[in-house]
Amino acid sequence: MLRFVARRLVWMVITLAAISFVTFVVIKLPPGDYTTTVIANAEARGQDIPDSQIAELKRHYGLDKPFLVQYFTWIKGVVLHGDLGQSFAWNQSVASLIGNRVLLSMVLSIASLLFVWAIAFPIGIYSALKQYSGGDYLASFLGFIGMAVPEFMLALVMMYIGFRYFGQSVGGLFSPEYADAAWNLGKLLDLISHLWVPIVVVGVAGTAGLIRITRANLLDELHKPYVATARAKGLPEWKLLLKYPVRMSLSPFFSTVGWLLPGLISGETIVSVVMSLPTSGPLLLGAVKSQDMYLVGSFVLILSTLTVIGTMLSDLALAWWDPRIRTRFQKG
Amino acid sequence: MQPLLEVRELRTHFELSDGVVKAVDGVSLSVPRGRTLAVVGESGCGKSVTARSILRLVEKPARIVGGEILLYDDAPDTKPLDLLAAKDKRLRQVRWADIAMVFQEPMASLSLVHTIGDQIIEAVRLHENVGKQAARDRAIEMLDRVGIPDPKRRVDSYPFQLSGGMRQRAMIAMALSCRPRLLIADEPTTALDVTTQAQILDLLQDLQQEFGMAIMLITHDLGVAAQVADEVAVMYLGEVVEQGPASAVLSNPKHPYTQALVRSVPRLGLRGKDRLVAVRGTVPPPYERPTGCRFHPRCDSFMAGKCDVTVPVRVRSDEIDVACLLYGEEER
Amino acid sequence: MVQQTEAIAPDTQHEAPPEVVKSLRDHGALPQWRLMWRQFRRHRLALIGLIVLIPIYFMAVFAGFFAPSSADTAHTALPYAPPQRVHISAEHGMFVYGYSSTRNQETFEQTFTVDKSKIVDVGWFVRGDEYSVVGPIKSNIHLIGPTKAGEAFFLVGADQSGRDLLSRLIHGARVSLSIGLVGVFASFLLGMLIGGISGYVGGRVDNIIQRIIEFIMSVPTLPLWMALSAALPGSWGPLTRYFAITVILSLIGWTGLARDVRGRFLSLREEDFVMAARLDGVGRTGIIFGHMVPSFASHIIASISMAVPRMILAETSLSFLGLGLQPPAVSWGVLLEGAQNIRAVATAPWLLTPGLAVVVVVLAMNFVGDGLRDAADPYK
Repeated sequence: MLRFVARRLVWMVITLAAISFVTFVVIKLPPGDYTTTVIANAEARGQDIPDSQIAELKRHYGLDKPFLVQYFTWIKGVVLHGDLGQSFAWNQSVASLIGNRVLLSMVLSIASLLFVWAIAFPIGIYSALKQYSGGDYLASFLGFIGMAVPEFMLALVMMYIGFRYFGQSVGGLFSPEYADAAWNLGKLLDLISHLWVPIVVVGVAGTAGLIRITRANLLDELHKPYVATARAKGLPEWKLLLKYPVRMSLSPFFSTVGWLLPGLISGETIVSVVMSLPTSGPLLLGAVKSQDMYLVGSFVLILSTLTVIGTMLSDLALAWWDPRIRTRFQKG
Repeated sequence: MQPLLEVRELRTHFELSDGVVKAVDGVSLSVPRGRTLAVVGESGCGKSVTARSILRLVEKPARIVGGEILLYDDAPDTKPLDLLAAKDKRLRQVRWADIAMVFQEPMASLSLVHTIGDQIIEAVRLHENVGKQAARDRAIEMLDRVGIPDPKRRVDSYPFQLSGGMRQRAMIAMALSCRPRLLIADEPTTALDVTTQAQILDLLQDLQQEFGMAIMLITHDLGVAAQVADEVAVMYLGEVVEQGPASAVLSNPKHPYTQALVRSVPRLGLRGKDRLVAVRGTVPPPYERPTGCRFHPRCDSFMAGKCDVTVPVRVRSDEIDVACLLYGEEER
Repeated sequence: MVQQTEAIAPDTQHEAPPEVVKSLRDHGALPQWRLMWRQFRRHRLALIGLIVLIPIYFMAVFAGFFAPSSADTAHTALPYAPPQRVHISAEHGMFVYGYSSTRNQETFEQTFTVDKSKIVDVGWFVRGDEYSVVGPIKSNIHLIGPTKAGEAFFLVGADQSGRDLLSRLIHGARVSLSIGLVGVFASFLLGMLIGGISGYVGGRVDNIIQRIIEFIMSVPTLPLWMALSAALPGSWGPLTRYFAITVILSLIGWTGLARDVRGRFLSLREEDFVMAARLDGVGRTGIIFGHMVPSFASHIIASISMAVPRMILAETSLSFLGLGLQPPAVSWGVLLEGAQNIRAVATAPWLLTPGLAVVVVVLAMNFVGDGLRDAADPYK
């Protein structure tokens, strides 16, 4: 098991390094650099910046160095000092801008993940066990709809209904009286009462997908010979189904984190924009629109990193759950 | 002498969207006490479905549509239990305790995420009122009995950690853990290599001596049947065409189909002139059964106007029950 | 020994038993494509999906004819005008009522009422805005529209600049529907190539490619798309942007397909018929394209058909955020950008109709994809 963990950790570090590199490429992709912005700002004010000063700026930020050197300077700052760079638009350090927002993004994404599991597995199992029943058809149909409706559409419709029929805005995460208050129980309860709408909206597509996967997996398992063996042993039907095929079909449950989490973060991003939640979504959108590349890159880096860590945790959980994977790594 | 199990006019049909496939259509056979009955036939003749029907293990779209399966008690002159009419609860008591099964693929018929010990203990504790430790001791004892080395350690192994032959031994250990009166072995050696096949067959014979149970061996391999069977039942297109003592059926078959099968088996010392003959023609399409005798389109002794019109009934000819119009009323 | 080896695989027992299937095949009952079509037809939802999609694509191809006006014709005096109902009377034939608008003096909100004194005659095959049918061939015939060209005619309402939403919807279908196809084609090429190499060559190459795919899959797609589209120069024209967006979408979308192709290659490599071809001296490309590709083409088609709706959703999301296509280009995502403001939606809920169109099309495509997937395995 230890060997397995070590292997996963090494792989994770490599992945993170690759992600950081891609991120930096993206940061550097638009033509021009920080000095271009400075010059543009200065010109807007009717000032002229002498070339020597620009060269000085370039040296200060290391912009005159080769690409790789710039990358290593940047990543060193990120890893050693948590320095993600400077937001041009906000003229603030990126780290101070996004801390709380990323936290809320993760809370929302993980809550959605739990929601997806809680809803999708029972329904998926039910659908498979009662294949071709009315309930199965209903679940499949709703699953199809869930996959076809874009998250932002659902968010818009929810907001429209809230606005039109309840005369209140369902956007935001806090009621006005709590928005700037310090954390207390009231604020927490207020957050939860606001959070369920985005959780449901973000989770719908994932739920639909997972219902289909769970159902298909279980259907595959239901007719395997080991189920016939269990039946031949004289186990009562429901007991053998839970102990054998359902147990087997839940192995993918853990590997879902790997693909579900990126999707949920994407969904969360766009839903937050629509519902103006104080998560990373709206800030990321603003940064993208103003080509505030360090801010954009930091979001990509942090969200990807968190996803990779989540995936690794789920891999470990899978190894704990499935002896086949556990032993494969014990040997070599 | 009273048989242990008697199958009468069993019909199991596959109700597919394109029509009904009568996989088992009027099978009658009897399993003698404490002896081995081999059921032989080509692919698709319905022998496996017959085996599964005995414990009512067939799944949709297959359905048992008629017949009786009578399990006789050890005490003479008691009323037999019709397994097809039995309540689910009663049937579950019969499963494993009276009739156990071994399947073709040991890898697929054991659960891969439960230890072997766990799967044996479960069966024992389901049918006998014994404690955990006692059941575990029984599991170890059984594993030892089927020739698995180091059973104390192996009891905690997962099936995928064993070789194919060892897995099948473990499966047999599990099947015998409740001392059944009948062991149904559905192609137990097909997935194994030749050496292992022989070992498993020897083991089955040894265990039969020791435990005194009857064995119903499903096989397509006449060689296997000749090696272990006391009785042979030959199936063709969903019915038994011939049943009798193994020596009689294999050396002096009555039914033209059995004769053709026996001719198609390679033997040692076969000379160039004794050519190996395959059974003429192919199995007819599943949705259309030939009229009259089902074998008539492939039969060398075909009698026009008789075989394609009249359905043969079973008659006895020299200890053998045969369903063929060549053996008429006069020999009854 | 009996001539055939027994192959009862009880895991397929819920369907036709393998021996039945095998004998169906041996008797050459039906060629593969006929079996596939038969299976597809049996999937009722897939058939419905196809019936829905064909006219929609047809409409998109001949958008100019089906749309009552061009995408940009604006009635600036009638922003957010509500949908009109078509009436039929003996006196006027087919007609709609015009609008009269009043402005609330306090809130400055404009409200529209149906003005029964203004009657706009409506007819079939009327002359209106000019559009190009194919290349230089132009026409100004529209399927339906006001008989007097230039009158306001809003069957599903108007947007913030008083443009006919229905016309924009039909014109926008061109981009929205084609970006799925073009994007999937691009990711199909990438996926086939890389997945094929990975599966056919195997070994170390396969390992590296798989790690790369895993890496791409572990990144949250939307932020990455956003970041990439942020890097697009704002000066690019609509067409360049269209292609750039397509490339961005397919750069990330190919991974799933590549995995599929690789899996098929890996399992086929061990198949007897590939071995037979190799022993026959068939070259590598001959084996791949002559033997392997045909045998999994149907699966690939099925998985492509599932990728198209995903691509459409992706474009819609990006454009909705204002990061995909930019006006004056029209796509359903661009149209939905107008619905970002919840107050606008509250006064003009018809702004959500492009979303409805997306849902209908994606749903229909998923149905078809599902049917194709079932049909790809007619023996299953």
